[in-house]
Amino acid sequence: MDLRSFRNPKLVRQVVKDLSEYRNEVKIMEVCGTHTMAIGKWGIRKLIPENIKLISGPGCPVCVTPSSVIDELINLEGVTIASFGDLLRLPGSIGNLEQARAKGLDVHTIYSPLEALELSKQKETLFVGIGFETTIPGIAYTISEAHRLKLTDFSVLSLGKLIAPALDALLSDKQIEIDGFILPGHVSVITGTDAYSFMPEKYRVGGVVTGFEPLDIVVGIQKLLGQMTRPQIINEYSRAVTKKGNQNAQAMIERIFEVSNAFWRGLGKIPSSGLIIRDEYSQFDASKKYGLMVESPEVSLAACQSAPASVSNVSANCRCGDILKGKIIPIECALFNSECTPDNPLGPCMVSSEGSCAAYYLYERGYQ
Amino acid sequence: MKEDIITLGHGSGAGLTHELIADVFHKEFNLPSLDDSARISNRMVVSTDSFVVKPLFFAGGCIGTLSVNGTINDVSMSGSKPLYLLASFIIEEGFSIKDLKKIVQSMQQSAEESQVRIIAGDTKVVKRGECDGIYITTTGIGILPEDVNLSATNIQIGDEILVNGTLGDHSAAIINARQKLMLDPMPASDCAPLYGIVQFLLRTGKLKFARDATRGGIATILNEIYRETKLGIIIEEDLVPIKNTTKVLCDLLGLDVLYLANEGKLISFVSAMTQEMIGELKKQKYAEGAAVIGKVTDEVDGVYLRNSIGSLRPLRMLASDPLPRIC
Repeated sequence: MDLRSFRNPKLVRQVVKDLSEYRNEVKIMEVCGTHTMAIGKWGIRKLIPENIKLISGPGCPVCVTPSSVIDELINLEGVTIASFGDLLRLPGSIGNLEQARAKGLDVHTIYSPLEALELSKQKETLFVGIGFETTIPGIAYTISEAHRLKLTDFSVLSLGKLIAPALDALLSDKQIEIDGFILPGHVSVITGTDAYSFMPEKYRVGGVVTGFEPLDIVVGIQKLLGQMTRPQIINEYSRAVTKKGNQNAQAMIERIFEVSNAFWRGLGKIPSSGLIIRDEYSQFDASKKYGLMVESPEVSLAACQSAPASVSNVSANCRCGDILKGKIIPIECALFNSECTPDNPLGPCMVSSEGSCAAYYLYERGYQ
Repeated sequence: MKEDIITLGHGSGAGLTHELIADVFHKEFNLPSLDDSARISNRMVVSTDSFVVKPLFFAGGCIGTLSVNGTINDVSMSGSKPLYLLASFIIEEGFSIKDLKKIVQSMQQSAEESQVRIIAGDTKVVKRGECDGIYITTTGIGILPEDVNLSATNIQIGDEILVNGTLGDHSAAIINARQKLMLDPMPASDCAPLYGIVQFLLRTGKLKFARDATRGGIATILNEIYRETKLGIIIEEDLVPIKNTTKVLCDLLGLDVLYLANEGKLISFVSAMTQEMIGELKKQKYAEGAAVIGKVTDEVDGVYLRNSIGSLRPLRMLASDPLPRIC
């Protein structure tokens, strides 16, 4: 598909002009890192009227991964770690995976979980299975392949997370005032728009599933503003997303994983928002194979929020939690661009290329 | 977390590399500048570069062609004519002599193309596992014509920024090969000598400064130039030449072409060239896709990209290599 028409400046400006007729103050949250980056990259915040506030929620899998996971991985011996690139600079309390690699830990950056499977044919490999619904079907397929091939030196640390339960948790927090959501495009390809129907029903808040081109985003906002009095879920990304989603992918997830409670860095424990590997495939479950303590909210919470900076590299002043909840924007954190930069990230939102703080650092401040 | 050991980020060519050069090499060697080439007399220029690449052979070239063209280009950017090369090899025990021959033959071919002679070298073999196949270091020597003085200090408001073709081709070829992405058409590296293009631009009388846009891409170079000159720069996204496959790769992995490596592209600052001159430039070898992509301006303070929908965004120096995203 030729996406150029979705970057047509005339069309974008026409929609932006229409947006200026909307007078109320409104807060819209996006919950997808790729949207966060697209909004920054295309300069959408500066383009639209000031009364329409775009805030970034928990849209990046790296940002919501507890730092204790990194500590556990660094302390593993004799196992090759295969990880997506974003995770390499996530700070744990004793450094990050990139630094651990420089000190001798065998860490491979991969693009597809199947590469980890290949690696495991040469050496015992642990794949760090991080991601939302977009990535999880690929991980599930990889585990089913490992099962079919009867591999013994392959395992997955399942850190998969589900978006809809996180939205539910956010909406149930009375302190958070969000008038509408820009819902993730790629996640929704898998889940379908039905996954969000609880939002208008339970909380009277609507959302729009949209794509990542500038016209997608401004039209998404326009449609969202049009339904404020009668909240609903709108599909602006119909070229990729359906009501029911990709049912084959859903079945693949269901076959390999079961739903569990999960700890989200900055948000805490969210019921039914994580995925653990089913007992039938437990030989591929790295948390069991190596006795990793990734599901302990006590450990994670301590590392995330309350531990003093002397114990943990995650600074006590880090406000990633408030940023993920949309309570403050990154530039309101005292550490932003002073102690916390992409060279020296203190909090997870600065580490991932799609974290809110990294996006603000790159795009939403002056050049200097 | 100030790092006390070398990480891969220190080799990215971006912010961490700059820090390392400034903190360690620059300080101890007491160098006048951070360049990878130097003038050792009024007219003699030397430049050196080490080459490590995986895979060793890729579409559009190999470590051999890179090691010759890379150093030829470093010498050429000053306006010098590259004449001689020295080449040193660190080879891993067990490396195939057939492959070594292939690499050395490609080096000789590349040198002949640019009328450069490889005149001396050195070979070391290390134990299996102590290096990854083969590493090559080349040093180039060239002569600078008397009346040529290319320097970032020549750059002025109003100058145009010109590239000689599509950006990001080398990175695209390497990522495609390493990750077996099987992109179709298969991206090929742009590895090529740039001496001829610099000479053409010199003949127009419009050239002020040129740099080969390798590691870190044109965005990193533009930031280096801004740091030195404090002159604002705007790049027009719609004017940046990019192959469709590279664009797809960038969209897929969340990468920005302006930060990807090139091995046969220069970015040059020129005072207004006529359409006729640009037309002539495009007839030169390796400059078919040449385009003016931006300008030096007092509209902004810093380096900015004006995107397709007309908004400006800062184009910063990255700390390290861009990481591909998860989803």
